[in-house]
Amino acid sequence: MSVSILIPSALRAFTDRKSEVEAEGATVGEALAALAETYPDLKHQIYEDDTKLRGFVNVFVDGNNIKKLNGLDTPVKPDAVVTIVPAIAGGF
Amino acid sequence: MTVLNLTEKTEKQIRRAGAEAYPDECCGILLGTEDGDGHVVRSLRPVVNARESGEQYHRFLITAEEMMQAELEARRLGLDIIGFYHSHPDHPAAPSAYDRDHALPFYHYVILRVANGRPEDMTDWRLRLSREAFDAENLKIEP
Repeated sequence: MSVSILIPSALRAFTDRKSEVEAEGATVGEALAALAETYPDLKHQIYEDDTKLRGFVNVFVDGNNIKKLNGLDTPVKPDAVVTIVPAIAGGF
Repeated sequence: MTVLNLTEKTEKQIRRAGAEAYPDECCGILLGTEDGDGHVVRSLRPVVNARESGEQYHRFLITAEEMMQAELEARRLGLDIIGFYHSHPDHPAAPSAYDRDHALPFYHYVILRVANGRPEDMTDWRLRLSREAFDAENLKIEP
């Protein structure tokens, strides 16, 4: 099944500047893996290794943080919207 | 070096936020558009600093939930998240090692120095793709 993945502006350099990409998958992990396969340069940006997302990467499914669901195993319904957002912090 | 254009009104909003948050850090999200070799800030999204209160004098945090809402708002407005602003209370308007460790390339990082509660110099920075350093950007204030 196909889901829409919203790409944050900071990562669009790796998706041919596309802000929204369709990907196939029954879970968040499968959809993100399909995205990474289509855009290999993006994979290095969002994955720490083959299975683990980098610490700054947060993923929401239809507005719900997957950290509060089943992580990458969270199922996605057809036409779900997956949003990738970075964590932002700073100071001195 | 790229350009970040701010209106005077937007600049004043950031300065006011820095003064009001003092001695803690303020923070917020810059929504805007690309413009030639730079970006234009079209709207500010002030954010409540999510760091624990005892750390806010030198740290800021924007939660994932806030970022998700900001991403959706930006798309509704036909804008992008182009960066962030935060204040450095009684500290130079330059990115720290902590800023570098937590920054992402592409985004603009506007930093406002607030000295004794008074907003002072404001600067803009972008992290190199190599993550080795920030480059100072050209912050232009226009009427």
